[in-house]
Amino acid sequence: MSDLKIRPIIGLEVHVQLATRTKLFCPCELEFAAEPNSRTCPVCLGLPGALPVMNRQAFEYAVLGGLALGCDIAPLTKWDRKSYYYPDMPKNYQTSQYDLPVAFDGSFEILASDGTTKKIGIIRAHLEEDAGKNMHEGLDHTRVDLNRAGTPLLEIVTQPDIDNADDAYTFCVELQRLVRFLGISDADMQKGQMRFEPNVNVSITTPDGTEYRTPISEVKNLNSFRSVRGAIEYEIQRQVHAWEDDHGYTLANKGKQNYGWNDAREVTEFQRGKEESHDYRYFPEPDLVPAMLDDSAIESFRARVGELPLARERRYIECYGMTQKDCEIILADLPTAELYEAAANSGADPKTLTKQFVGVWNQLASTHNTTISRLGINSEVVADLAKLVDAGTISASAASQIAEHIYKTGIAQTAGVADIAAKLGLIQERDEGRLEAWIDEVFAANAQAIEDALQNPKKAKAAAGFLRGQLMKVSQGKADPKLAGDLIEKKLNALKDGAD
Amino acid sequence: MTQIDEQQVRHIAHLSRLDLSDEEIAQYGRQLGEVLAYVEQLNEVDTEGVEPTAHAMPVSNVFREDVPAESLGVEKALQNAPDKATPYFKVPKVLDQQSA
Repeated sequence: MSDLKIRPIIGLEVHVQLATRTKLFCPCELEFAAEPNSRTCPVCLGLPGALPVMNRQAFEYAVLGGLALGCDIAPLTKWDRKSYYYPDMPKNYQTSQYDLPVAFDGSFEILASDGTTKKIGIIRAHLEEDAGKNMHEGLDHTRVDLNRAGTPLLEIVTQPDIDNADDAYTFCVELQRLVRFLGISDADMQKGQMRFEPNVNVSITTPDGTEYRTPISEVKNLNSFRSVRGAIEYEIQRQVHAWEDDHGYTLANKGKQNYGWNDAREVTEFQRGKEESHDYRYFPEPDLVPAMLDDSAIESFRARVGELPLARERRYIECYGMTQKDCEIILADLPTAELYEAAANSGADPKTLTKQFVGVWNQLASTHNTTISRLGINSEVVADLAKLVDAGTISASAASQIAEHIYKTGIAQTAGVADIAAKLGLIQERDEGRLEAWIDEVFAANAQAIEDALQNPKKAKAAAGFLRGQLMKVSQGKADPKLAGDLIEKKLNALKDGAD
Repeated sequence: MTQIDEQQVRHIAHLSRLDLSDEEIAQYGRQLGEVLAYVEQLNEVDTEGVEPTAHAMPVSNVFREDVPAESLGVEKALQNAPDKATPYFKVPKVLDQQSA
């Protein structure tokens, strides 16, 4: 196979569960792991006469997602019935979008495995409902839970622009970051909130210049990034080998085939070929009216999307000196990123801000099982806290105490960060007279350390450190450690000069 | 008149999971042909320059807010089910992969 030119052709279909509180067409609450069938009503049970009404939030999330993927937004979008008979969908059709999807013709940038930036074309993104769940493991019948039926999904379909499994993996990870950043999906893989279906085939060019294309495999329902990569890598190898065994193994002869992924054995398994493919008989959903958006509405959605995470990450690393790890925390969602930028714009030092976002604020959030954007803080507080540390007014550890206090009392009750610091007794002592009095006390009580500092070069450094520690103790942590350290050094030098 | 042949009727019946007898196939084929012929009268209308629509009324943007309301609950949801294994609906075993 070494003299063959192999080029994988990969496209992805991704289902992203939108972060609404209720279902797409009915007000049943979405709750993970609720008692089976407890979150159902006539609409999502498909009872006769029930009428669906579109969830505004789901529609808006779909528009935001489409815009973030660089898509055009349809001025008029409608829904269609996709007919199929299976117990997880008692209406016998899925309400989806066929010829007028909410978003189309986009492109999304990823950092490819070869170090370059690649644009992956987006064919479309449409809003549809999820099906329920069937269970038959170890049973002589099938059990159906319709809690999930009617959950809003954004289905995203890429162009077959990807040529290796690593880039497909990266696309999925970057997409997860995007939808979380925008707040349109929690994209929790454990809860099945992101599901992937790669379409894979291979272009094989023989030394005489003839090109063959293997049949397209659609690998159904993958629910982890790892399985996306594994299934694609496996398919590429399998298809090349199948073609080597039989040059008639081509797209023209076999069409599109469905495969499943066996996670335990890490292989794909054949499910069905083109002759068994479904005839979905799409037709317009008469129970839902179309949605129309004019240019100004689309532009106001576009303003809500703004700069995307990958571009922001580049800028944050360059302008603010962040690491990629810092970016993970600060780019967790749009409000956090905006909080950071507003604080940086109001004059707080970006390095200190970054340190506090990753340290103080992120720790506070995780202690209270929430996120930075839900702490209820504003950019003024965030900037002031950083400024106080930089000015030496408070210590880095005092910043955490102050943050905790602000979170507990609430921002409305927060008069000013400096006032809180004073109230909590966390202002560092910078008065030289006070500091010198403490230093005199420390020097009087530690003759041995002073002797070491002055006369024993081997111990001088440790002795000075010891004296600084004693000073913090005597001052009950109030002394500004930097200023105090300078004064101790000055006094030691004076003693040294006096002795010489 | 539009002809619906036996093969087409069998195909549609299969897609709809209907098990039809030979007599029914013949009867439905005839009836479906009549229905289609009736609808085909619409082809006489000149629709040149008319935007396609899926609705009879010029209504758009009907939304509800994303606010939860009470669901039926398990007992009511399962009340009319032909068979159940509470809290689940119970149906004959299906093995085919999910198709959506």
